[in-house]
Amino acid sequence: MIRDLHEKLVNGETTAVALAEKSFATIDTKDPELHAFLSLTRESAMLRAAAVDERIQKGESVDLLAGIPCAVKDNICITGTKTTAASKMLENYIAPYDATVAERIQNCDAVVVGKTNMDEFACGGSTENSAYGPSKNPVDPRRVPGGSSGGSAVAVASDEVVWALGTDTGGSIRQPASFCGVVGLKPTYGRVSRYGVIAMGSSLDQVGPITQTVEDAAIVLSRIAGQDERDATSAHSSDKKYEAYCVGDIAGAKIGIPTEYLGEGLDERVKEVYMRAVEKYKSLGAEIVDVHLPHTEYALATYYIIMPSELSSNLARFDGIRFGGVDGIDPQTVLDQYLETRGKGFGPEIKRRIMLGTYTLSAGYYDAYYKKAQKVRALIKKDFENAFETVDYIFTPTTPEVAFKFGAKGDDPIKMYLSDIYTVTANLAGVPALSIPIGTVQEEKIDLPVGGQIIGKWFDEEGILNAGYTFEINA
Amino acid sequence: MELTNDDIRDIATLARIGITDAEVTSYQKDLSSVLQYFEKLQQVNTDGIEEIGHITGIDNVYRDDQAVETSVHEREAIMQNVREQHNGYIKVKSVL
Repeated sequence: MIRDLHEKLVNGETTAVALAEKSFATIDTKDPELHAFLSLTRESAMLRAAAVDERIQKGESVDLLAGIPCAVKDNICITGTKTTAASKMLENYIAPYDATVAERIQNCDAVVVGKTNMDEFACGGSTENSAYGPSKNPVDPRRVPGGSSGGSAVAVASDEVVWALGTDTGGSIRQPASFCGVVGLKPTYGRVSRYGVIAMGSSLDQVGPITQTVEDAAIVLSRIAGQDERDATSAHSSDKKYEAYCVGDIAGAKIGIPTEYLGEGLDERVKEVYMRAVEKYKSLGAEIVDVHLPHTEYALATYYIIMPSELSSNLARFDGIRFGGVDGIDPQTVLDQYLETRGKGFGPEIKRRIMLGTYTLSAGYYDAYYKKAQKVRALIKKDFENAFETVDYIFTPTTPEVAFKFGAKGDDPIKMYLSDIYTVTANLAGVPALSIPIGTVQEEKIDLPVGGQIIGKWFDEEGILNAGYTFEINA
Repeated sequence: MELTNDDIRDIATLARIGITDAEVTSYQKDLSSVLQYFEKLQQVNTDGIEEIGHITGIDNVYRDDQAVETSVHEREAIMQNVREQHNGYIKVKSVL
């Protein structure tokens, strides 16, 4: 997709301005219903597009991303843009600097058309936690698009943009990609800098692409990956061009099927689609092997201790003083300022998670919860190390079910959390994972997308991208 | 682990979140059920297991301890997000 558009730009078949205009026209038509965007950056997008056209006309060579319309999740800072993380807490916040990923894609002359909707502070799996109203699934607008990077997935799935950036702490790129029928990649922890990304769970967060094709995900990753001195957790750069690894051949590769992922809770129809995908891999020459990840059943509890603990620390900075503040309060003391700002600025799920994290980190409970969870996390990581001694990739369904209807999970937090059951393990272990469309399940005469998740060894993004690409071109 | 309404009020105060009585009741229910779910972890034998806080095992990463210049423009961009300021300083309610 990106490569084709690039060819057309360079050949003069189209212009960056035309692509940007088409993107905004689609947004104007579709977004009143789908609500993928929280804000648009028309002016800067058109300026950049015109600049790209000028460079091409002069015969200069431009990057693959140059002039291609894209969107950025609203928890990623871009200078001069409103960056709300879909929270009332940041309703008035204008980012004074670029996140490293924003800087890198803009250095490639990517045309950012706007900032996308999400669950507040990336907490949720449906965008129902956005303080500005949910996004809708373009496949069936009565259904959620998934989350938290729901707006990014919707924007890509509905052709409003060609690709988008999301963030993934427990599945927030892969689950919405799966629900909307597009591709989503969570890189290895440390592969992509998180500088300028509003932090959620700092030992889990990663930035990654949501795209229409696997090759596009590879193209975007090549441009955002790499060490950054402003994010001390970013890993050493390799300067890989990941798209070069999408060769379309996985003959001889060993693919592990974790039996723990195929039991209770998995929709039978999703399982059927998944089993057909496994057969497809077999027919493409991969060796299918059973693997065991015995601590899988403890992953969700581990995640929902570690993530809220880290979230409660990260969100302590929102005091109503430095980041735009909250409208409509009139505190008299500094304590009241905190209580009123945070009471009014945070939505219900954020308050729930901050309180949970505050509790699990508090004196007397730290050992029983946070420390225990970190030990179980070590065991979960060990499970993956053991499995990867015998297989190259692990293949699972991305989610236990297809996109659900709005309100279907009610107010029961555990029910909603169970949606993350197949995705949180990759964040806990730090490994890269890619969600690709592998088929559909029909419900009420609508074909709802099913995603398959390919999990790879630490820093083997090229491997999982090639595995996904091979499936895609043979689908 | 069943939390009481008083526990919820204490936690909210620690977290500096002002909550209403109705919220106390709903968080009492929600948080208790989530904590109950966490009890699952007690089944896991973690004797002798070292906890991990950082997954890729990177050691300390250092940079030069050098101040970086901030332009007037950058300073203004940061300060535009501040509600009250005085002579270039951020103004807050008195602490004492």
